[in-house]
Order: sequence, then structure tokens, then C-alpha cells
Amino acid sequence: MIRFDRVYKRYPNGREALSAISFDIAAGEMVFLTGRSGAGKSSVLRLITLLERPTRGLVNVLGQDTQRVGVSKVPAFRRQVGMVFQDHRLLAERSVFDNVALPLVVAHTPLRETDKRVRAALDQVGLLDRIQALPGELSVGEQQRIGIARAIAPRPALIVADEPTGNLDPQLSREILGLFCRLRDAGSTLVIASHDMALVNESGARQIHLDGGRVIS
Amino acid sequence: MIGWLSRHFQALLFAVGRLARAPVATLFTAVVIAIALALPAGFLLLTHSVRDVAGNATTVDLTAYFKREVPLESVQQLAAHLRQRNGIESVAVITADDALALMRKDSSLAEALGALPDNPLPHALSIHPAADASSSTSLSALRQYLTAWPEVELVQLDSDWVRRLDAILLLMQRITLGIGTLLGVGVLAVIGNTIRLEINGRRQEIEITQLVGGSAAFVRRPFLYTGALYGLLGSVLAAGIVHTAGALVAAPVDQLARSYGSQFALQPLGWQGLSLMLGVGALLGLSGAWLAAARHISRLQPRV
Repeated sequence: MIRFDRVYKRYPNGREALSAISFDIAAGEMVFLTGRSGAGKSSVLRLITLLERPTRGLVNVLGQDTQRVGVSKVPAFRRQVGMVFQDHRLLAERSVFDNVALPLVVAHTPLRETDKRVRAALDQVGLLDRIQALPGELSVGEQQRIGIARAIAPRPALIVADEPTGNLDPQLSREILGLFCRLRDAGSTLVIASHDMALVNESGARQIHLDGGRVIS
Repeated sequence: MIGWLSRHFQALLFAVGRLARAPVATLFTAVVIAIALALPAGFLLLTHSVRDVAGNATTVDLTAYFKREVPLESVQQLAAHLRQRNGIESVAVITADDALALMRKDSSLAEALGALPDNPLPHALSIHPAADASSSTSLSALRQYLTAWPEVELVQLDSDWVRRLDAILLLMQRITLGIGTLLGVGVLAVIGNTIRLEINGRRQEIEITQLVGGSAAFVRRPFLYTGALYGLLGSVLAAGIVHTAGALVAAPVDQLARSYGSQFALQPLGWQGLSLMLGVGALLGLSGAWLAAARHISRLQPRV
């Protein structure tokens, strides 16, 4: 599903974020990227989601060498990847339905199918009853679950999450972890960047530990 | 096809919604665009109105004045001869008596004419050339032909004012084109700047849309509709301004024209003019939005 082969990433300011990292993630696997701030976790996610290109090395995602994905093909590529963010990235002026429907709308999914998938995703995260609410009317935990619903609504083969429990208390973090485990059990591949080691260890999932832009273990 | 139409319809509805949510700002922008469109449109209408009047007067009559000793019978014979000639639409004989009567009626010289012992005016022919023989070359040829008659004293051809009017109309056209171009660029800039501000205000939304796979066209589309709607709204207001201004000055212009014996009247905008104005407005709006969207959206890079 994902292959990094001796990948380097150097930013225009000269900072080398990743240095010859290599790993493989199989389909249906849930993997945690761990490490301190600045270890390179976000850079890995940015390379997976084509927000950045590697300076050197091979990044293969969903069977595609990301270096060969042209600029005009990037949106179509991103539609195959569900993304969850630490700060949720919800549109404050739009209802829960509109937020969750956004990736389906940009993919030109028919209206009836969009409605079906949004309801199914909200049902999965247990927030179907808040479908008409605005994000501001929800708790932080609920907002994060809406972010997850948005990521899973198009039924992507791959879900990446950047510190999805970073702003949540331990109880809510466990709820979100349970949600990810259910998605894995349903066949999704998940790559989650997190520095919450207690939660990561509790999950029992494989870890790729980064430090100074290198894979430590 | 239905999907494509549906996407455009959604973008249009979205743009309408955004404009409607900020009615005052929308109105101000539209008014600026309206003024910029109304000025050249008004000038253009004025030019067309003058051209219409000038067009009716471009067929210039020639007047051939006979020597005083030439008898009326000879003048009538020559008139009959002239009517057979190609390029002549009509020939009217103005006898010396008719001319005197006309002068007494219309002129302030009536008293002076009454003091004269006899009629000083000659017989004359008023010659109206056919429309296809009204070029300056044809008129000059006809004038030479008439001047060659020994009975004719003078041939008068008043075409200078037509040439002057043509030059003025050309100048008006060029000025209108210049003003129109400048104000068109102004409209592009106003709409471009408005769309730039919209893009900045919706930066987060654009970034999120790009993150979930929104294509450049998808992101750009509502802004293009917004620009086109601004242009359309501006041109509707501009049409209103032109119509109102026309209605306000119509009566004084008519009064002025009548005092000069002219039929001049300002033309209304008409359906054709209105359609052209709406089309130009929408196109300018779309172009301004396209320029702004192409420039500013491509600069936005989603962050994680």
C-alpha cells in the first residue's frame, strides 16, 4: 500500500526533515508514526498525501510513484486518501452534513449517493443525530469525530491522521482510537502520526519511530 | 452532461448566496462597475444618435442659380433634361417669385425685400441626387456638369458641414473607444480586487477543499460565477443609469433640436444595446475573476 525507499526530504530553508528513511505499510494495516516534535512525522504524512515531493528516493502510495503524479492529477490522487487533522479543519459556516459531504462533492458523487454515504459515515462515528449542527455547536471530541467521518465518507483505501488525539483528553482519545481500530477491522489502511505513547502502546499496532528524520525502529 | 450542469448550477447558487449575504458590499461594487460601464455606453448612444441624424442629411442637395435674364421656360426645359440623367432622384424648379415669397415668409429680411422695386432673385433648380450618387466624387462631377451650362450663374453644394460632422463623429467614436477601454480595465481591476479579497477571506475553505481533493476548476468555479454576477449586476445598473439619464435629458434635447429645425433625438438603449451591455458586463466580470483566481488560488498551498 505504501513504500518509502531511501527517502530524503530537504525543505527550501535547508532543513533536512527526512534522511534516507525506508519502510513498507501493507494494505489493511494500522501503523503509528511516533517521535518527538520535529522528528519527521508530519513530513512523512505530507509526502504520502502529495503535499510535498521527496527530494530523493521513492515514495509509492496506492501503487503510484508520487514523483510521477502530475500536478493536474494531484486532486484525483488525494481523493483516494482520507485525511484527519489535529485541528479538525472543519468549515465553521457549514453544517456537519456539508462538512462530511465535502470530499464527495469535490469528487462529483451523485446527490443521493452523497446523502447515503454521509449518513453512513456519521452513523459510524456516532453523530448521525448532529447532522444539521454547525461545528461550533459541537464539543472538541465531536468535532474530531466529524473530521474522521469526513475522511471515511468517500470510503478511501487509505486514511492518514496527523495527531488526531492531540487536543483530546484521555477518555476521548480512547474513543477515537477505538474508532480507528474499527476502521482497520473493516479493511482500511491507517497511518497515524502521534506522540501519545500511552495511546499508541494501548493500540497494539505497529510503530514506525522517527528521530531526527531517520527511522529508529 | 447532467452532472456537469449540476456542478455549475451549484457553483452559481453558491455565488448568488455569497453575494446576497453581503448586500451592501455587493451593491457598492456593482455601482462602481455600473458607472464605469454607463459612461462609454452613454457616449456610444450619443454618437449613434448623431450619426443617425447625419446619416439622414448626408445626401446633399445642390442648388443651381440661373442668370437673371434666363426665362422660366428655359429653366423648366433644363430641369426636364436633368431629370433624365442617371443619379438624379428629383429636380424642383424654384421660380424667382417662389423664392421671393419664401424669403418674405421665413426671413427677417422681409421688410428690406418689400422696399425693393423689383425681384432681385433668379430662378433656381433644387437638385436631389440619388443616394448611390452622393459620394463627394459624384457630387463634384454633377456640380461641374451644371456649372458648364451657360445659363447657370452659380452652383452651390453645401457638403462641408457633413465632412465636419463626420470628423466630429469619428473623434467621438475614438474618444468613446478610449474611455471604454480605460474603464473596462478599471472594471477588470475592481472585480479582480474584489475576488482577491474573497479568496483571502475564504483561504481556509479553499485549503480544506484542496486537501480533500478539490480540483483547481472546482475551487475556481464559484469565484468565476461571482465575478460574472458582479459584472451582470453592474451592467443592469448601468443600463438603468443610461436609460434614466436619457429620459432626463430627452425633453431639453428635443426642445433644443426643434429650435434649430432638427429632428435630433437621443436613441434609447434598445434590446440589442441592453443585451450587448449585459454581455460585456458579464464577460468583464468573468475575465477579472479569472485573472484574480488564476493568480491567487494557485498561490494557496494547503498545510498539514
